[in-house]
Amino acid sequence: MKVSMTVNGTAFEHDVEPRTLLVQHLRENMGLTGTHVGCDTSSCGACTILVNGETVKSCTLLAVQCDGADIKTIEGMATNGDLHPIQESFREKHGLQCGFCTPGMILSSWQLLERNPKPSEGEIRHALEGNFCRCTGYDNIVKAVQHASQQSA
Amino acid sequence: MIPESFDYQRASSVSDAISLLHQHGEGAKILAGGHSLVPTMKLRLSTPATLIDIGDLTELKYISDKGDYLAIGAGATHWMLESSDLIQQKAPALSQSAGQVGDVQVRNRGTIGGVLAHSDPQADYPGVILALNATIVVQGSGGERTIAAADYFTGLWETALEETEILTEVRIPTDNANANSCYLKFPQPASRYPYVGCAVAMSTAGGSCAEIRVGFSGVGETAFRDSGVENALQGQALSESSIAAASAKAAEGRSVLSDVFVSEEYRRAMAQVYAKRALSQLS
Repeated sequence: MKVSMTVNGTAFEHDVEPRTLLVQHLRENMGLTGTHVGCDTSSCGACTILVNGETVKSCTLLAVQCDGADIKTIEGMATNGDLHPIQESFREKHGLQCGFCTPGMILSSWQLLERNPKPSEGEIRHALEGNFCRCTGYDNIVKAVQHASQQSA
Repeated sequence: MIPESFDYQRASSVSDAISLLHQHGEGAKILAGGHSLVPTMKLRLSTPATLIDIGDLTELKYISDKGDYLAIGAGATHWMLESSDLIQQKAPALSQSAGQVGDVQVRNRGTIGGVLAHSDPQADYPGVILALNATIVVQGSGGERTIAAADYFTGLWETALEETEILTEVRIPTDNANANSCYLKFPQPASRYPYVGCAVAMSTAGGSCAEIRVGFSGVGETAFRDSGVENALQGQALSESSIAAASAKAAEGRSVLSDVFVSEEYRRAMAQVYAKRALSQLS
């Protein structure tokens, strides 16, 4: 069936099978491979993206559920080649090692700072509970979010 | 992991969804947030022939104060409940439990109606809904009916909801006990499902327990009201010893779940510990 959505500001329309997962649609039909598939069971958060301004795990949504939605993926975070301040903070504070979890971490951090611009360390850790870093680089991820929070004073 | 093929229908209203349910018969399932249903479909534990999507129906996404009760649309997400000042004031146990479901991404999509219709024995809300003495509103082709929370959970994965009905609203009485309520949870550290979820609503008068309702999630095959704890404390002066005596009754005479992580004995002991903490917090 026909599914249209706006992804990172560009309108797309595709004919998809109803069982197509959103993450599969983004990666395979649109070539947006920055959104990763980790666990594929809605645990790890590597596939986190924004749907209508809220973080979701795109492995647990059907593309057809997002007909008409406004979507943002990691590819839409930078503006004209300038990294988003959260991306810049992850670079500055070494908030990534292998980088696999990073797209999801960045978008979850964005959601946190949008709802709570000055989070405590505990609030940052609670907000990132749905994102796993198997390099266990959590301390620097938390520092990166704190840095981003201070940047937007 | 990709689900088996199915036919997808997006409902334009609740009444449209009900007629689609009749039209598509037994193989049809209602899709709300999809955070229980889609994972089971990906594992092919569930293979519905048709999904009827009510996830975008704004007519089901509301939280409003009706005076005697709060009306919560079945499509309200966990995040809506967690962040609502009204629920925080009138039924804090509900906002506390909403804020502990899954993680942020799950709370952005998952809905209260979906949880209650799915009736996972390990879900957080059922014990809370019982302690808050809620009423569940469902709609079918014959119109609307209401079900008391106490009559709603009928067994493991089973509810009083009929095949062709849709859960549309949850009503939470705005009484003194619900305004003084809490939810404490002993979570599985990886999945965050409760080994023990204890919800208590209690009003007090002159240092005594005037009215009390205790609900447990995660402890038994289905959520239950714990009359043992309630009867032990009702009308009693609230003190360390009366709370200890009442919480020692937690899950007494109940069949309690046991798994590789948490034995029946340990879970029963933790039910008592969490009851004691919750009662102390509200006293």
